[in-house]
Amino acid sequence: MSELISELDAGGMHAPVEPVDASHGILLYLEGVSVTFDGFKAIDNLSLYVADGELRCVIGPNGAGKTTMMDIITGKTKPDAGRVFFGQTIDLLQLDEPAIARIGIGRKFQKPTVIEPLTVLENLELAMSGAKRLRGLLTTRLAGAERDRIAAVLERVGLTAQAGRLAGILAHGQKQWLEIGMLLMQEPRLLLVDEPVAGMTPAEMERTAELLKSLAGEHSVVVVEHDMGFVRSIADKVTVLHQGRVLAEGALEDLQADPRVIEVYLGDGHAAG
Amino acid sequence: MRVPSWLRSDRAGLALLAVLAALALVVPALNLLVAADHPLHLSAYTVTLLGKYLCYALLAVSVDLVWGYMGILSLGHAAFFALGGYCFGMYLMRQIGARGVYGDPVLPDFMVFLNWTELPWYWLGFDQFWFAALMVLAAPGLLAFVFGWFAFRSRVSGVYLSIITQALTYALMLAFFRNEMGFGGNNGLTDFKDALGFPLHADSTRIVLFLLSALALAGGYLACRWLVSTRLGRVLVAIRDAEPRARFLGYRVERVKTLVFAFSAMLAGLAGALYVPQVGIINPGEFAPLNSIEAVIWVAVGGRGTLVGAVVGAVLVNYAKTWLTGALPEVWLFALGGLFVAVTLLLPRGLVGLLRRRGATA
Repeated sequence: MSELISELDAGGMHAPVEPVDASHGILLYLEGVSVTFDGFKAIDNLSLYVADGELRCVIGPNGAGKTTMMDIITGKTKPDAGRVFFGQTIDLLQLDEPAIARIGIGRKFQKPTVIEPLTVLENLELAMSGAKRLRGLLTTRLAGAERDRIAAVLERVGLTAQAGRLAGILAHGQKQWLEIGMLLMQEPRLLLVDEPVAGMTPAEMERTAELLKSLAGEHSVVVVEHDMGFVRSIADKVTVLHQGRVLAEGALEDLQADPRVIEVYLGDGHAAG
Repeated sequence: MRVPSWLRSDRAGLALLAVLAALALVVPALNLLVAADHPLHLSAYTVTLLGKYLCYALLAVSVDLVWGYMGILSLGHAAFFALGGYCFGMYLMRQIGARGVYGDPVLPDFMVFLNWTELPWYWLGFDQFWFAALMVLAAPGLLAFVFGWFAFRSRVSGVYLSIITQALTYALMLAFFRNEMGFGGNNGLTDFKDALGFPLHADSTRIVLFLLSALALAGGYLACRWLVSTRLGRVLVAIRDAEPRARFLGYRVERVKTLVFAFSAMLAGLAGALYVPQVGIINPGEFAPLNSIEAVIWVAVGGRGTLVGAVVGAVLVNYAKTWLTGALPEVWLFALGGLFVAVTLLLPRGLVGLLRRRGATA
């Protein structure tokens, strides 16, 4: 009971948060992952490796399995087969969503999900790592160091002037940045970002691209995105998913020349864009 | 004494505390100091009625904590209220001693009537005030904890959870109706004589019970207000508005829900325990599903997610109920249903929300 009270957060009952071992240069391993929903193979023997500090874009037509892949990495969906490792040692399939969040995987939803009745500052405070035990939660104050961390993230996502405003009245693009800021408060090693620029103005897209590029290196970033122009502006390496598998992987220019890719996806993209 | 910042900014709450403090002075004075034939005299009946309202208000605050802030629409909170009431009722039964109709020094009358010869094990200890007081909190808290543990871990939420809470209180009602349960069956527990040696029918005892109810409401309100202004309070709002977000931020949503639900049940139990000595009876009817729904309506009328609104709603709706069930008893349920529909459609933020909006535009 006392354990239960002191452990509102995650990480298992006693397991200390294990440091991620990315000594082989790879931060995220997906190997032979499959998942079936009612007979439909959403993910089919998928293998994907994300390097430490890499900025990776994942593209693919609707139903290619992009969101399901994120659900598997973050513990929302358990695959039928395959292995998912964070670094050399952490088996993500053994952990649930809060535990995975705590070891350093942050997820941004497709629809911006911020807590609208709270202020921007309170949203960031809510996301702050290291404050999720009951004793840490039963306080109404912010320590000086915590204030500094929040101020740094506000600066980084460009919302310093909005700190005291309610998240609900922010513009669409600002909500997306706030959510990215919330991920940063978790101090993640890996950020999973689902369609960050959907519905953004060109100016907002440009700022988002700058932000995501500045995060790579320090963090690994996986961006799922439909907007080809945006993908071109940020990615060094692109993975194309199709019918739950990796169809092709590499630089965007090479992929655009790949006939298989053109057939399933980019052909349409070119025609439209 | 410095007022902490979380309370200083809560003007409605300070007003509520001031009103409670004023009532705590004025009500005893009008009852004890003003002559019985004076128009300003408050009868013992009125004092007890006000005390009852305060107990309902505490129940409403406990409902608002889980519904207004955490998004769990509990339609079974009256079960926790009734359990707290039964725990204190058991103490009051044991205090009767040999003064019952059958004169048995240990067994309550209904047990003698059932030809029981021994006190069931779960009645042991209830002759001690401290034990009963502990159980008033522990029994509802434990039930809510176990219930929440299973329901929230299975990620039951929304309307399904509300239906299970209705089933919970209904099942308890049926169980407590059974004589073999050992809680007096249909008749419940009644014919109380005294608590801690003070006769329950004396005016002075009634005043003390009223004051304790006011104190419990003030304390319950402060505890909830403090809780929702901590970081945990922000986590509750996150769970209410975007549960997956809270989970992906690393919060163990099930545990937060279970603990806050149990805390809320303890407040409801305390309210029930103060209610029983004032009305003089507790029976299985208190578990009726309608009672829980009424508590939700009080909160909706006053304004969900404001805590003060819960108090305002509980007092106003119960005042209306006292008046209407006296004047036009057959109309009351229609009025209650109509009130709920009207508030949902016209006043989604309740009376407190209406006042705030007025305040903002003025």
